[in-house]
Amino acid sequence: MANPTGIGASVRRREDARFLTGRGTYTDDINRPGQTHAVFVRSPYAHARITGIDAAEAMRAPGVIAVLTGADMETDKVGSLPCGWLIHSKDGSPMKEPPHFPIARDRARYVGDAVAVVIAETREQAKDAAELVMVDYEELPAAVTSLKALEGGAPLVHDDVGGNLCFDWHLGDAAAVDAAFAQAAHVAKLDLVNQRLVPNAMEPRAALGEYDRATGEHTLTTTSQNPHVIRLLMGAFVLGIPEHKLRVVAPDVGGGFGSKIFHYGEEAVVTWAAKKVGRPVKWTAERSESFLTDAHGRDHVSHAELAMDKDGNFLALRVATIANMGAYLSTFAPSIPTYLYATLLAGQYKTPAIYAEVKAVFTNTVPVDAYRGAGRPEACYLIERLVEVAAAETGIDKAELRRRNFVPASAMPYQTPVALQYDTGDFAKNLDIALPLVDYDGFAARKAESARRGKLRGIGFATYIEACGIAPSNVAGALGARAGLYESAEVRFHPTGSVTVFTGSHSHGQGHETTFAQLVSERFGVPIENVEIVHGDTSKIPFGMGTYGSRSLAVGGSAIVKAMDKVERKAKKIAAHMLEAAEADIEVKDGRFVVAGTDKALTIGDIALQAYVPHNFPLDELEPGLDEQAFYDPKNFTYPNGCHVCEVEIDPDTGVVQVVSFAAVDDFGRVINPLIVEGQVHGGLVQGIGQALYENCVYDEESGQLITGSYMDYCMPRADDVPSFTVRYHEDQPCTHNPLGVKGCGEAGTIGASAAVMNAVVHALSEYGVTHLDMPATPERVWQAIRRHTPAQAAE
Amino acid sequence: MPCTVSMTVNGKAVSREVEERTLLVTFLRDQLGLTGTHVGCDTSQCGACVVHIDGRSVKSCTMLAAQADGAAVTTIEGLAAADGTLHPMQAAFREHHGLQCGFCTPGMVMSAVDLVTANPSPSEHDVREGLEGNICRCTGYHNIVKAVMAGAEAMQGGTMKAAAE
Amino acid sequence: MYAFTYHRPKSVADAVALLGQFEDPKLLGGGQTLLPTLKQRLARPSDLIDLGQIPELQGIREEAGGLTVGAFTRHAEVAHSETVQRVIPALASLAEGIGDRQVRNMGTLGGSICNADPSADYPAAVVALKATVRTDRREIAGDDFFTGMFETALEPGEIVTAVHFRTPDKAAYAKFRNPASRYAIVGVFVAVFGSEVRVTVTGAGPSVFRADDMEAALAQDFRADALNGASVSADGLNADIHASADYRAHLVRVMARRAVEACG
Ligand SMILES: Cc1cc2nc3c(=O)[nH]c(=O)nc-3n(C[C@H](O)[C@H](O)[C@H](O)COP(=O)(O)OP(=O)(O)OC[C@H]3O[C@@H](n4cnc5c(N)ncnc54)[C@H](O)[C@@H]3O)c2cc1C
Ligand code: FES
Ligand code: FES
Repeated sequence: MANPTGIGASVRRREDARFLTGRGTYTDDINRPGQTHAVFVRSPYAHARITGIDAAEAMRAPGVIAVLTGADMETDKVGSLPCGWLIHSKDGSPMKEPPHFPIARDRARYVGDAVAVVIAETREQAKDAAELVMVDYEELPAAVTSLKALEGGAPLVHDDVGGNLCFDWHLGDAAAVDAAFAQAAHVAKLDLVNQRLVPNAMEPRAALGEYDRATGEHTLTTTSQNPHVIRLLMGAFVLGIPEHKLRVVAPDVGGGFGSKIFHYGEEAVVTWAAKKVGRPVKWTAERSESFLTDAHGRDHVSHAELAMDKDGNFLALRVATIANMGAYLSTFAPSIPTYLYATLLAGQYKTPAIYAEVKAVFTNTVPVDAYRGAGRPEACYLIERLVEVAAAETGIDKAELRRRNFVPASAMPYQTPVALQYDTGDFAKNLDIALPLVDYDGFAARKAESARRGKLRGIGFATYIEACGIAPSNVAGALGARAGLYESAEVRFHPTGSVTVFTGSHSHGQGHETTFAQLVSERFGVPIENVEIVHGDTSKIPFGMGTYGSRSLAVGGSAIVKAMDKVERKAKKIAAHMLEAAEADIEVKDGRFVVAGTDKALTIGDIALQAYVPHNFPLDELEPGLDEQAFYDPKNFTYPNGCHVCEVEIDPDTGVVQVVSFAAVDDFGRVINPLIVEGQVHGGLVQGIGQALYENCVYDEESGQLITGSYMDYCMPRADDVPSFTVRYHEDQPCTHNPLGVKGCGEAGTIGASAAVMNAVVHALSEYGVTHLDMPATPERVWQAIRRHTPAQAAE
Repeated sequence: MPCTVSMTVNGKAVSREVEERTLLVTFLRDQLGLTGTHVGCDTSQCGACVVHIDGRSVKSCTMLAAQADGAAVTTIEGLAAADGTLHPMQAAFREHHGLQCGFCTPGMVMSAVDLVTANPSPSEHDVREGLEGNICRCTGYHNIVKAVMAGAEAMQGGTMKAAAE
Repeated sequence: MYAFTYHRPKSVADAVALLGQFEDPKLLGGGQTLLPTLKQRLARPSDLIDLGQIPELQGIREEAGGLTVGAFTRHAEVAHSETVQRVIPALASLAEGIGDRQVRNMGTLGGSICNADPSADYPAAVVALKATVRTDRREIAGDDFFTGMFETALEPGEIVTAVHFRTPDKAAYAKFRNPASRYAIVGVFVAVFGSEVRVTVTGAGPSVFRADDMEAALAQDFRADALNGASVSADGLNADIHASADYRAHLVRVMARRAVEACG
């Protein structure tokens, strides 16, 4: 009997009831008695020495309670925001890790760097007063782009980081790659830029600090994807607050996409200031402040070369990438262009030798860190563009070239030359499903039809594989992680049979309250309404690592399964006692505990009641209670993979690109809630399409001013920019090393989509001889590309 | 300088003394505690703050509370029936998974209701165009569009029934 | 926003009187430009005078060979007005293409033209449709109204009360919108009055302008192909991250062609 709320059911989301009626509770919705408001004074310069701060006039403004600066934090011995990952350069030296104070002390290093904070009775009063804080700046020349920052004589972002080089790292076998290139029949080369993006979760960041004089306990309510990580980093490294005196709560969070993983200075400031002023302190970013201060994503400049034999078999891949870190190292920044990027450069292909070099560079821009996909979209985009160039140059059909080089399903588990071991995946199958879905054979006819309307048409593929379910702690530790990356869960049955599940994972749109409850409903036959999922509060949940890297179900869900295993073991003992049977004879069937071969059975509800009313328990063998905790540390990454196919139409008169169809075929392993999984894919696809066609974060290269500082200039994809999607998945390659067989689906859409769109755009423009275009393919870029490749007179 | 503004919000008459520079969204959130109306931008583009003024959808971040003096305002909190039954558009968003993080949702639903009121059987194209003032970062719009089409049908069913009575 | 005092006069005369009383008053139309500006603290008026409750400023009337549209007429009202759709459909479709649904529900004709944003849509119609801008004290020819980027012929404290558009034989507006802001990167309005053709361009330059070459070419031969030889120079056109001057110049011709084709 299929459980309508069990695994595989498209259960409608339980969290929707509050969101649809305006009862969601996001950080800025929370107000405390006596609450004050913080507004930051921020550097208007990309690079400047701070020579003096005069707050006297601001202090006299109505409603002002305090104006605090970096110097005040220094007096209070507030530390630097820590970086969670240590990378070593080729020569073995550790990365350069300059301090990153919540409020800048003597120098501002990007436009928006916090210089002071004003605390006042109302937000408008704090804003009014912030304008009155007089900061003396001595403007310095700025290093804005990664390429310019690396040039000799470039301004130094940090005086003690020569050449602005954070690290110079590599992975793979350079000698093997050189040898393979020496024998290649054909080499495809490509220079490409993976542009800078602003994550733009729709809820701007916010933080509310409180201090309880009586208990000495601090509470931070914040827009975070991982409250425990914030508690650990902020408590231990920044403010020196012991964990038992620091509670971090992440209530409803309006999207994250990576940008809410990191520990930000504002969180430390409101927590610290709440104690100083003796009242709750709230800060909420305005969108323009988010543009200036949320960690950005991507920003790679790369050169790549692919060696092939005469039949198009890939022999070796060589990649050199320059990654912009921004002005300081954000929490996970160094891991993104290294272990989440270079390790994925094998893609779905059996390329035997790969060598990647990555230089990470400081610039006078806001820090760059993980943004949906984090490293993996960069890898996928590079490989898939390069493969498409290779197909065009060798004349081999692009689907065929890919198929020829796929790691075959029979080769699984497969060790790549860049440190990962793929457990399962049938890449040819993804392609086989995709080709008829998009009517690949009918493309020529569709192109002709477009041509009749004066339009260009192109079709593009992207196959991707990602390492998700982050991460096996031992592997991560060996690669430089400074923390474990397991997840926790507690499954607590209540006496009346209802259940509370405490998870260290965090939901900010992913639907944990539904999916996680389905796991319990499936296992114990409990109606889903009787299962409560609790997340996001360090005072309630066991130590957990939160949500990022498509890890919630694969790691967090697996922890729940482990805790449920323990509950089941205990429940069997109780059942055996209640039914006067041997424990070995108790079987679990459809959520019922049955004595084998009899009709004697108990529900988990019966058992739970007994567990808490243990009037006749053999107490030396059986403790009362039914409440179990587990930590799950994965053995390997999970490897979602798939094939995306995009078709575009281009108006050559204006250069406007329209995505006319998009199909995604994915292998996420087992799917718990198809409705939610498809939703994750749709959202990811639009972020990928956004990168390909619309989004671009632009700083002025000289002044370091952010030019795309609002939605007036930073183009967010809207409903009328994108089509509806065709989404398919198959479940016959489940993950082999977690109990659910799940792989993760949160980032897949983003990872494949940009490459698929750009391949389609370049394909459409190939009749003009265009071989590459950098993202985003804006109308003007497309038009310029057409113009460059059109003989002058032909245009008339 | 403080001024008194009075309006009907979700059917109830309210009156508060506020600073004249108070935006409608601030009035709703801070004075009335109606935090379902969100603020997602400062350039009047994201639509997280959409409410209805005398039946028309507007961005409450781009209107002074004083401008709404005397008006009838409906927010997301006022959309469901008094007994808690979801409005057909809310129900359609749930059924079709038209929301993820929920932050854009109140504005999206309010825009959708206005759009469908003006155009009871919109095409997919109409829906996509009609929602151009609302940005969602989570859903990719696919399921929102599905939800609005379904919500439109359900709303029509509702009106037709009401008309028959 | 900085603090200000808010007023809500009931007549143009009251508004005029209020304007005279304060140090730095500002008129509030639909607020869709002014309020975002105030939120960013880019202006600091002492007083806001809301024009929203003045009946004289509202309404759409057929009048003297054209349409008179009150200054406080919302974009949505123009777009959906049966009168506008019948008399000058191009004007209705221009209004329908402004911003988004919520902006159109609030923004007004008067606010749009008084703001004179170089990428606003209405200025193209005002000039192409030989409009007359009526104010509390005089009439200004549409041709003379826009004097530069965010600049108009209005005197300080002058209130626009209505705009009279002349009915063309045929007309159409083609807009190439900025994908981020949705304002016009280039908008071209083509209107035909007997043997006269007007081609006005917004978005491309610091202020709306007429494309003389194109007007001449179309007066000769009103077909899209007649524009093949005509062009606007990129010199002096706007350039930003969304579109270079060259690209804008190119788009002017493409949009002009589309407008001509849409004229039927
Ligand atoms: C997201 C968004 C998208 C937009 N997209 C577009 C677009 O695509 N195309 C476009 O053209 N516009 C666009 N706009 C602007 C919109 O059309 C505004 O409505 C318009 O520019 C200003 O009109 P308003 O009535 O809101 O005036 P307000 O903002 O109230 O006022 C604007 C200026 O005009 C003055 N003013 C107002 N009325 C009068 C009057 N009767 N007499 C004298 N002075 C007056 C005010 O003092 C102020 O200086 C957009 C706006 C937003 C927020
Ligand atoms: S808050 Fe973004 S439009 Fe109102
Ligand atoms: S559901 Fe998150 S922004 Fe729309």
